[in-house]
Amino acid sequence: MKTVTIEGLSKSFEGLQALLDVSFSVERGERLVIIGPNGAGKTTLFNLITGEIPPTQGRVFLFEEDVTHMPPHRRTHLGIARTFQITNLFPNLTLHENIFLAVLGVNSQKFKIHQPVSTCRDILTKIERLLIEWDLQEYKRAPVKNLSYGIQRQVEVIMALSSGARILLLDEPTSGLSPAETGTLTSMILGLDPNVTLIIIEHDMDVAFRLAHNMIVLHQGVVIAAGPPEKIKADPKVKEIYLGEE
Amino acid sequence: MCLRLKQWILFLIIAAALIIYPYAVPSYYFTALLTQVLIFSIFTMGLNLLAGYTGLSSLGHGALFGSGAYTAALLMKYVSKNMWLGFSAGVLVAGVLAGLFALISLRTTRVYFLFITIALGQLIWAIVFGWRSLTGGDDGMPGIGKPTVWSSITLSGGTTYYYFALISFLIVLFIIYRITTSPFGHVLIGIRENENRIRHLGYNVWLYKFIAFVVSGLLTGLGGVIWTYYNGFVSPRDASFEFSAEALLIVILGGRGTLFGPLVGTVVVVLIKNIIAAFTQRWLFVLGVAYILTILYARSGVVGTLGIRIKRWVGEWGE
Amino acid sequence: MNMLIIHTLNGISFGMLLFLLASGLTLIFGLMSIINLSHGGYYLLGAYIGVTVIMHTGNFLLAMLVSGISIAIIGVLMERFFLRELHLQPLPQVLLTIGFTFVFADIALMIWGGEARFIEKPSFLMNPVFIGKIGFPSYRFFVILVGATIAGLLWLFQERTRVGGMVRAAVNDEEIARGLGINVPLLFILVFGLGAFLAGLCGVLGGPFIGVYPGVDFEILLLTLIVIIVGGVGSLKGALVGSLLIGLIDNFGKVFFPELARFTIYAPMVIILALKPSGLFGSRS
Repeated sequence: MKTVTIEGLSKSFEGLQALLDVSFSVERGERLVIIGPNGAGKTTLFNLITGEIPPTQGRVFLFEEDVTHMPPHRRTHLGIARTFQITNLFPNLTLHENIFLAVLGVNSQKFKIHQPVSTCRDILTKIERLLIEWDLQEYKRAPVKNLSYGIQRQVEVIMALSSGARILLLDEPTSGLSPAETGTLTSMILGLDPNVTLIIIEHDMDVAFRLAHNMIVLHQGVVIAAGPPEKIKADPKVKEIYLGEE
Repeated sequence: MCLRLKQWILFLIIAAALIIYPYAVPSYYFTALLTQVLIFSIFTMGLNLLAGYTGLSSLGHGALFGSGAYTAALLMKYVSKNMWLGFSAGVLVAGVLAGLFALISLRTTRVYFLFITIALGQLIWAIVFGWRSLTGGDDGMPGIGKPTVWSSITLSGGTTYYYFALISFLIVLFIIYRITTSPFGHVLIGIRENENRIRHLGYNVWLYKFIAFVVSGLLTGLGGVIWTYYNGFVSPRDASFEFSAEALLIVILGGRGTLFGPLVGTVVVVLIKNIIAAFTQRWLFVLGVAYILTILYARSGVVGTLGIRIKRWVGEWGE
Repeated sequence: MNMLIIHTLNGISFGMLLFLLASGLTLIFGLMSIINLSHGGYYLLGAYIGVTVIMHTGNFLLAMLVSGISIAIIGVLMERFFLRELHLQPLPQVLLTIGFTFVFADIALMIWGGEARFIEKPSFLMNPVFIGKIGFPSYRFFVILVGATIAGLLWLFQERTRVGGMVRAAVNDEEIARGLGINVPLLFILVFGLGAFLAGLCGVLGGPFIGVYPGVDFEILLLTLIVIIVGGVGSLKGALVGSLLIGLIDNFGKVFFPELARFTIYAPMVIILALKPSGLFGSRS
């Protein structure tokens, strides 16, 4: 099944063409890595897929359903989640509270107003499981802003996972991480449920090639190359952009 | 309900103090003062739900308070002395008004939202002020007696009313406690902390804000009704911008988004007001300076700054 | 027909006054991202200072100047010592400036008392202007003239000079702006001072037909806010269109629906909010 399909997607902002006629599709369980120089339109693409901004032209399909006009919170319920390039957590809330909000988002108890949080046993159990799985229990009660940047980036991914999403959009997950932290996070991503579809924006070429089943190269809003990593590595146009950038 | 033991003890001590207060301090003046504090705390607790927990500061809540107050007064004067009717109507009117306010103002956020609440609040004030034939305009509506509770039993003033206000306060406190420790309440806090992220987590943010606004309006209106029956007199001042500003200041001063913040803030402000009144007429000046100092130096309010210390001693509040 | 023209004239002149106030507020917000709700207080103090100056010198234009400058000084002090601390935090700014409004109002009460004061029209504008056989109050024309002139100057300032761009740059990143050789503190003083100056000046200008009394600060602030909501925050064009609209509606409202006079100005506000929440010429910030 094609979990994500983009058809002729274009977006312009007051005269600035951010994306032009982008099309691709992703299979269930596939890992698609999007690379490209800064300003290529990668994050705009994510914003269009999650529904944060409407496209100027084109259509977005999630799980083969046309979601082009669906608001973001409803797309989340279909099973899509994203992380942010700049860490976008709830800084003053504890790790536990952060994950709680992520898990609650797709849970039917989110309008429960008359009973305390402690009655949401299923959610609390799930959080414990997640914390144990990622070895973060000791930070449970710490305000997230006090945690190290590396852990915060991990939490970004966990938040996206918590909603049980089947499509994950990771926006530069390893940005700002040390080599060791990058290795940890990359292994974490490789170890995810193989049924989860991943679309990843990356700047780190090693990580990109390691993670990708397929790749797309965006340059100034246009797809200039697409295919498996070997093909991309050998593509002269791609080399030109990256060598030219230096 | 699972409060920790230590929290329970603290709460019971305060509650006990409030209960025996009129007998420990047999002064009509001080009982009246505390009655006022309890009634205004209901107002500020309602506002705190929207401004403190959800992060939507409003300067139009005076109009909601006033709508509850005037509805109760009008009912008493023209329809019936029945207390239950007055309460239902007053709370309902305030809630409906809050809903309308929400529909208009929630199309914007932050500062624009604040501007619009100011304007909407003034709109209501203008109606109350201008409709002399109904509301008496600037002269207000004097001579509102005490309502009847059952057949011919009326709610009397003094100590009886103090306990009535106390019970109402405790009920509202309980309601706020339940709401803010519930999943729904946590989402409100999430909206305040990072609206952008919470939208991506699958929440219909507008709906949450709307509900918070309406509930806050219902509670504020309730405060207004209780005030009318207590004071026996309603005037446009009870729906004024100045009143809204006082309320917001109390919420910030006491500690936004804390359970006891509104009560503490109200106590401080009412105390200062009464002390100042003994010396000078310059309440406006003091209010202004209080605002300035609070914004500059005490943004998390009394409970906010103390809260960190209390938290460690008492254990977790749940927020 | 004569009455219609006179009412329109009154509406436009009132609108011009509102424009002068709204433009100061919107300029400060658009360029410096500062929300200053003590604008009404500036008006009030400017008006009362004007009363005193006229009492002692009888000179209307001098009063306008003195008020403008005094308020400019107060404004600059406020910005320098209080608002700068709250850089780019709109909500605290709002609350702080409301606090100042209360302080100003009480100071005015202390110094000038609680009774309404009166500012008379300047003697050279006492006589009506005749167009054909109809006499129009010349003072209203004067207000419109002053308003239009300042509108033109402001437009020039914002659009044609580099100053507007410089201020915006300085607000967004002070370090870089300084690095570019822009004297940031001076710039802020100039812009903020200009806004405050206009507000103080309006206190005198509006005196003859609005009056000077406790509470006028808040009424003026409210009208200014409505103008900005309708016209769009940060937009000079919006301020002009919005204020003329509100000025006319307010005037005609008072004439045709005296009981509902207070509500007529809210009608365009609610309509705009329903259709385009960011205002006629505003942009989502």
